Amino acid sequence: MSKAMLSGNEAIARGFYEAGGKFAAAYPGTPSTEILENISNYEEITAQWAPNEKVALEVAAGAALGGVRSIAAMKHVGLNVAADPFFSLSYQGVNAGIIIVSADDPSMHSSQNEQDNRWFARAAKVAMLEPSDSQEAKDFVMLGLKLSEDFDTPVLLRTTTRVNHSKSIVNLRPRVEIAPKKYVKNMAKNVLLPMNARKKHVLVEERLIRLAEYGYDCAFNRIEWGDNSLGIICSGISYQYAKEIFPNASFLKLGLTNPLPFKLITQFSGRVEKLYVIEELDPFLEEQISARGIKVQGKEKLPMMGEYNPDVIASAFAIGSKPQQGRNIAVNIPSRPPVLCPGCSHRGIFYVMKKLRLTVTGDIGCYTLAAIPPLEMMDTCLCMGASVGYAHGIEKATGDELKGKLIGVIGDSTFLHSGITGLIDLVYNQAVTKICILDNHITAMTGHQEHPGTGLTLRREATNKVDLAEICHAAGVRRVVRVDPYNLDETIAVFKNELAVDEPSVIIADAPCIIRARKRFSEPYYVDANTCIKCGMCHRVGCPAIEKDENGKTRINPLFCIGCDICRQVCKPGAIRKPDK
Amino acid sequence: MDTTRQKSQKDVWNILLCGVGGQGVLVASDILIDVAMQTGFDVKKSEIHGMAQRGGSVVSQVRFGQKIYSPIIHQGEADVILSFEKIEALRYLDILKNDGIIIYNDQQITPLSVYFTDISYPENVKELYEQRSAHLVQLDAIAIAEEIGNPKVINSVMLGALSNYLDFDPQIWLDVITKRVPPKTTEINKIAFYAGRKE
Repeated sequence: MSKAMLSGNEAIARGFYEAGGKFAAAYPGTPSTEILENISNYEEITAQWAPNEKVALEVAAGAALGGVRSIAAMKHVGLNVAADPFFSLSYQGVNAGIIIVSADDPSMHSSQNEQDNRWFARAAKVAMLEPSDSQEAKDFVMLGLKLSEDFDTPVLLRTTTRVNHSKSIVNLRPRVEIAPKKYVKNMAKNVLLPMNARKKHVLVEERLIRLAEYGYDCAFNRIEWGDNSLGIICSGISYQYAKEIFPNASFLKLGLTNPLPFKLITQFSGRVEKLYVIEELDPFLEEQISARGIKVQGKEKLPMMGEYNPDVIASAFAIGSKPQQGRNIAVNIPSRPPVLCPGCSHRGIFYVMKKLRLTVTGDIGCYTLAAIPPLEMMDTCLCMGASVGYAHGIEKATGDELKGKLIGVIGDSTFLHSGITGLIDLVYNQAVTKICILDNHITAMTGHQEHPGTGLTLRREATNKVDLAEICHAAGVRRVVRVDPYNLDETIAVFKNELAVDEPSVIIADAPCIIRARKRFSEPYYVDANTCIKCGMCHRVGCPAIEKDENGKTRINPLFCIGCDICRQVCKPGAIRKPDK
Repeated sequence: MDTTRQKSQKDVWNILLCGVGGQGVLVASDILIDVAMQTGFDVKKSEIHGMAQRGGSVVSQVRFGQKIYSPIIHQGEADVILSFEKIEALRYLDILKNDGIIIYNDQQITPLSVYFTDISYPENVKELYEQRSAHLVQLDAIAIAEEIGNPKVINSVMLGALSNYLDFDPQIWLDVITKRVPPKTTEINKIAFYAGRKE
């Protein structure tokens, strides 16, 4: 047995490998993305990107039905997309085991909300496991697949960013091969017609009762007896923080958190004088425990929002044993938020839209960064694919008011994820709103994952390729125009032209992600200081390579500049120069 | 030295590494945790990544000792802040112990926000740090790395500077660096590590 420092995501992948897993699917989404990337390193496993989470879950559930242990991984909002198969899979059950990973993001480090997906497990009445570190992440995947098979249930593995992205020591074991189960046609189980589903619902309720009994004495839940004056119930990462702050307390550490093991909880609460429930986000455990008439303290002291850490818990319970000796000094520090990279293909498009004073419904991707200064060129960002429906809906509400000034902006991967149906709707319902697909040939924001439009698989092997323009044509859009987003004059002309027409139009800004392509257009540009009039136009494109010198004149940082030429095109006096060679 | 005795008696070590995306902060923290694990400690590290590829602040928290629960450092308990950029450590001074060590690379990477907010890049950074700790190590890691022949090895230079304050066997450092860096750059990274260790 060897050991390694693994992130939670690496550990989930490892656990799936060791448990004989054979099929894995996902759509990338922070903080879950590395699960599939790591699984793809194990050649025994078929691992593939799906166009969205719903499809990922359906294919993984099909593989489990077909007889092999399967996994589908997604970020928390991805489970919203996959909710349809998720809920009904609960009724259907499994053949070989299946794990669905929901990677939640308290504090919204990289998300549009901080929903607590533990409610999904309760609502869908499936077993849920919550690991608190990488070793547990691995163990829970392995034990969870068995649990899935033993109880005929999908298993939700609910993690949070701090578990997915923290590293800790994990014991490694060899893979155990599991013989595939035979696929057998079984209408009563697998065809959810009302007559079958009614019978299945009875079994779902019985399953919950059996799982709650199982939770009394299982590998996922444990009591750590300490001082009996204080008992703490927690799950997931909160356990690690609470152990730091209350080293002497008694702990009921729950790994199986749906359904809750009330026999165990009652036993524990009966033997401690005071009971705390420490859990991030919603009072998921607390409300259920309180509803049983057990007196607990939790959210009356602890926040409902944001990540916890040891300091949050210490201050909530006014623990003074750790003197706060840290302090900041009084100085304003300029913020350093993530920005569109130097040379990013999105920059020119947003500059043009700003120049044309458009109303822009946005979407999820790197380009969402265009919402922040200096570009500030995005009116909305709701969820994957919403740019299209939002633009369409605003058009229907405002009539001619925004005519020729309204556009939805969506990335290539996001368009394939859930923009297509919106576009079909737009055409079908005779809207004329324009859509711009920022096609940078990759899922960039999450760290460069392939998708059905790139022509490469998860393992970067050649495969069939979707043609975005053909999809638009097939949806009924007659006007599909490609532009080079690095050519501002051309882009402005195309935008003006397309915005003026009285029918739907899709503009595809066609240029690869500069980081992915490792491309340099030229040697770094330079500024002729005598010509620079400090007008600041170049700063308005928001490129990290563009700085000011001591005299307030523009200076280009040669470490960052890749010669994309956007700043030269906006420099009216012509101070920004391309090097000769 | 009696600092070594102090080191071995400590229960938990807390190190915060920070810098700017693309500087190699995360690779450096991966090397550090591997060295700590090989030395026999329980280790946890935590970081947040996932937004855009470069240019943003990057922070990685490393904790090691006999038994580690939280992957996040308590306020006021960091033994060392290792800052790959001149001002990045300023953001995390509340995490530093009162007698904690600040090691910083004297390289300025100007954030874009200074051009459209009224907050400018701080001056007299050294004096600002001195308000907070007497244990200050300032090094010009870029100049050191360039002198060695590759500006990309600044993370090995920074780890070398950090290694002076941790009771790890230099051979383990070198073994892990060898394992982690591209094979062609093994020698230059080892040289960089020792150059940082001299600082």
